[in-house]
Amino acid sequence: METKVLNITCINCPVGCRMNVTVEGDNVVDIKDYACPRGVKYAKQEAVAPLRMVTAVTKVEGSDIPLSIKTAEPIPKNKISDCMIAIRCLALSSPIKAGEVVLANVCDTGVDIIATKSV
Amino acid sequence: MLEKHVDILIIGGGPAGLAAAIGAKEQGVDDILVIEREDSLGGILGQCIHNGFGLHRFKVEMTGPEYAQMDIDKVRELGIPTLCDTMVLSVDENRRVVAINKEQGLMVFNAGAVILAMGCRERPFGALGIAGTRCSGIFSAGTAQKYVNLMGFIPGKKVFILGSGDIGLIMARRMTLQGSEVLGVAEIMPYSSGLNRNIVQCLDDYGIPLYLKHTVIEVRGKERLEGVTIAEVDDMRKPIPGTEKHFDCDTLLLSVGLIPENELSQGANVEMSNTTSGPIVDDEFQTSKAGIFACGNVLHVHDLVDFVSDESMKAGKAAANFINKKTKKGTIINMLDGKGVRGVVPQKLKIPVDGEDAENVQVMFRPDKVYENARVKVYNGDNEIYSVKKRILAPGEMADIILKKDIIQNLQNAPIRVDIES
Repeated sequence: METKVLNITCINCPVGCRMNVTVEGDNVVDIKDYACPRGVKYAKQEAVAPLRMVTAVTKVEGSDIPLSIKTAEPIPKNKISDCMIAIRCLALSSPIKAGEVVLANVCDTGVDIIATKSV
Repeated sequence: MLEKHVDILIIGGGPAGLAAAIGAKEQGVDDILVIEREDSLGGILGQCIHNGFGLHRFKVEMTGPEYAQMDIDKVRELGIPTLCDTMVLSVDENRRVVAINKEQGLMVFNAGAVILAMGCRERPFGALGIAGTRCSGIFSAGTAQKYVNLMGFIPGKKVFILGSGDIGLIMARRMTLQGSEVLGVAEIMPYSSGLNRNIVQCLDDYGIPLYLKHTVIEVRGKERLEGVTIAEVDDMRKPIPGTEKHFDCDTLLLSVGLIPENELSQGANVEMSNTTSGPIVDDEFQTSKAGIFACGNVLHVHDLVDFVSDESMKAGKAAANFINKKTKKGTIINMLDGKGVRGVVPQKLKIPVDGEDAENVQVMFRPDKVYENARVKVYNGDNEIYSVKKRILAPGEMADIILKKDIIQNLQNAPIRVDIES
């Protein structure tokens, strides 16, 4: 199985430990250079399946201001650009309420995109 | 012309002003007015569409508009009057506030207490003294953020960013996701002033290089920006000849610091601090002028809105106590920046007099550089009254310590000094 060593900077606190994480396939086999358990937890997720929240704005027919939106949960990092393309294809019209789903199951991630304000 | 009394007048309807209003109302004052110059409440949060707000205060991560809405809803629920689209022109030391708007014209409020909650603004290009032409295409990061997130247009296609403050990092990602190319970020210091998570999630994720110890030394372009030159700097922050790099770009964003917006405070003759650029306050957030309070980014620039809200709630509560004649009467002592410490807030503290209950006091400050495994020590005169170990202290994150009420109760009449010992 292929073994890779990844450099991952922990985002939990200002120390920003630069960890060396050894991965075999989809398994984390070793983590070095961390200062606390939060780093281990973060590295395990980040090395195998990094997740990110995506926030953006989109045009809404009938509103002078763009609508701010977000993924309801973090989505896989490698889906961010597909997600942005899907957002660009949205054609919404007002009124929209904060919390309303504007796009269900974006890019088959199982995560909805929701409005973060009302327009 | 309208002239009326109001118990508590709050200048600014952003996170600080809203939290102050909630704090004052919950402490039993009903006659409150929040004045906001924009046409809606919420302040800068409205354009901060990214997430990461509210973790400390609400234990969930929200976007800026969602965080703002929590406070706006609360203010509405409590029935606190607000006046948007209204500009405060002046405040004087007798708490006479002059304001103006299009419907009511000029208004004068005689306030029982005033809470300054005007926030801060970005350091502009003109303050940097960068050589070159004065072409279009140079924006503060916050201006670009407003264009993209509130007005729906993109300020440029090829972007360079000077300064690694959080707004600059956030905008690097924002511009990339909206289809612009971000060529790099230059930071004059050897460390970023932004949060780690923003370096990782806004720069590293998109392969945007961060040039530490670099600054922009020249901008060029006739009508529109055509490019920038950056150079490495030495320990004195002077550019090193021969290290220049050129970037062709149509846009330069600046994220080079925030400055508390205190023109109104100065008009009221409140004593100002040279280190925080905000008013000098005591542990009840009262300025040197009785009945004038300050909180949020107008007092000192925060990194997280959660801490702005906490501080402002306390200021609102203290203003309500002032109205109800419950302000503390104790002897005032000074709080001083010691070794490695900049911008201690509050700068003054009252030693409780007999019969007054002491309360815990949160002391906030910034370290002057990065410290690992350092100790923060607090002295009252020559006596060490508090000491705590800090795993990491960085200028990019405001540090705080809590002086417990038993310490406050036993203070001697001598200045307090906060030191960092590495």
